[in-house]
Amino acid sequence: MSVATSPEFKTITLNMGPQHPSTHGVLRLVIELDGETVISLKPVIGYLHTGMEKSMESKNYHKSITITDRMDYLSPLGNNMAYVGAVEKIMNLTLPERAQVIRVILLELTRISSHLVWLGTHAIDLGAMSVFLYCFREREKLLDVNDLVAGSRLTPSYFRVGGFFQDVPDTFVPHVRKFLEEFPTALREYQDLLTKNRIWMKRTIGVGLLSSEQAIDLCLTGPSLRGSGVRYDVRKARPYCGYETYDFEVPIGANGDVYDRYRCRIEEMKQSLSIVRQGLDRLKPGPVRADNPYLFPADRTDVKLNMEELIYHFKIMSEGYSAPPGDAYFSIESPKGELGFYVVSDGSPIPHRTRVRPPSLINLQALEGMCVGRMVSDVVAAIGSIDIVLGEVDR
Amino acid sequence: MGLEELVPDGILTTTVEKMVNWARRSSLWPATFGLACCAIEMMATSASRYDLARFGAEVFRASPRQADLMIVAGRVSKKMAPVLKRIYDQMPEPKWVISMGACASCGGIFNNYAIVQGVDTVVPVDVYVPGCPPRPEALIYGIMKLQEKIDRQSLKRPDPLPSSEPPPVRGPAA
Repeated sequence: MSVATSPEFKTITLNMGPQHPSTHGVLRLVIELDGETVISLKPVIGYLHTGMEKSMESKNYHKSITITDRMDYLSPLGNNMAYVGAVEKIMNLTLPERAQVIRVILLELTRISSHLVWLGTHAIDLGAMSVFLYCFREREKLLDVNDLVAGSRLTPSYFRVGGFFQDVPDTFVPHVRKFLEEFPTALREYQDLLTKNRIWMKRTIGVGLLSSEQAIDLCLTGPSLRGSGVRYDVRKARPYCGYETYDFEVPIGANGDVYDRYRCRIEEMKQSLSIVRQGLDRLKPGPVRADNPYLFPADRTDVKLNMEELIYHFKIMSEGYSAPPGDAYFSIESPKGELGFYVVSDGSPIPHRTRVRPPSLINLQALEGMCVGRMVSDVVAAIGSIDIVLGEVDR
Repeated sequence: MGLEELVPDGILTTTVEKMVNWARRSSLWPATFGLACCAIEMMATSASRYDLARFGAEVFRASPRQADLMIVAGRVSKKMAPVLKRIYDQMPEPKWVISMGACASCGGIFNNYAIVQGVDTVVPVDVYVPGCPPRPEALIYGIMKLQEKIDRQSLKRPDPLPSSEPPPVRGPAA
């Protein structure tokens, strides 16, 4: 952080970041201050620019899934879903029932784990250290689920174009059921610590106000939009994975302040729990791969016995599968908002162009409106409440 | 139950070197230098289940001037590299660097125009932790390896400093 006085000695320019504990990564904010009041605020992005969209132009469809994990690293499976959803839309695939249900369960669990990191870091920014430890205690259980199904905690890359490479293990359902039993108690614990906490309320109520008109004008999505009282959720507006068959509410706030966004996310976690419960109840044995022989390598026994299968095995491992020429946009409700992938295919195994609509980048625009005229300490509360992930902002 | 029960009454002798090294290794203060995915695992390492405090390295400092360990957690972009170098320069001696994850160690899966191919082109690295991202156990093992390295340091002959300046960062200057 560096402080430099401007020539007229009236306002000071404060450089917050890129290495700052409460900018949630490497966001840099150039804030103009009059005393302690924010006059203007400009986010400077690009400190984590990774060239992901460009990298995807040189990798086949399968390999790009790995890259999407590292975009919004708090909800890796959400990114997987948006990407494979776009490719599946080009290829016009229909998924078996079991694959759809497993996807919904995992997406909702990912939403909870992402919200837990948000809650923990948001609280730590505003001075409540213990909430962070409690949130991570619960989050470890969700990372264990990732570990169980894919063998990796943070970057599972579990979703494949056309379903899954393999079914979930037998221990999956008992593990998730145990989590469902334990989590409501933990959620009550977080609320006991924060919801009626006097310091928390003073730091959040009336801070970072955003009207519903402003939020719509800025194209906000996700809890940042719903906190301002707009009932828009991609799961309801353009359902995918059979979300239209699940019974859940879309919680909204009233005032559009930091506190409302906090309430929205807490409610969302409760709704996610209910969706997971419904998903587990309708989980029936069955295939988890789409009925398309070109997407997955052949069975291991067949590869060892038949020449044709061996040739095919090498072909899919080296070249991959190709999508018909065309383009598709597919969006999901990620924990941050509407995450969309636009994929253009020229008929080869490598996508011609992939473009991401990152919710974090677009939600970040609202920051200036929330902070101007407020104290500099409210900037920290506002950043936490829009829940950005810099991996997704910069890509 | 403490050290008092293990040592007999009387005088305990050691060398100054061993004692200084013991003090340094037992309270490593990392700078919060979370960049990307690995930073979340770094947070998990310091949180409830893995509890980095057992190794004396849980005091994450926001200011580099209070830190002696830099855990570079995540991919370093060309725009971030000068910032990283500056933060490293601001840390007081003695200081150590752990390169956490494949991206920080060698660029990882991002071999493209935007990412520095290994943070060792910017700052000298003591321990590389592989993985994408490394599990918390792996990071703890990396910290233990660093502690072993600190134990071997000599007060008379400090580790030879990295030869002159590290190679410049390629690409447009930020």
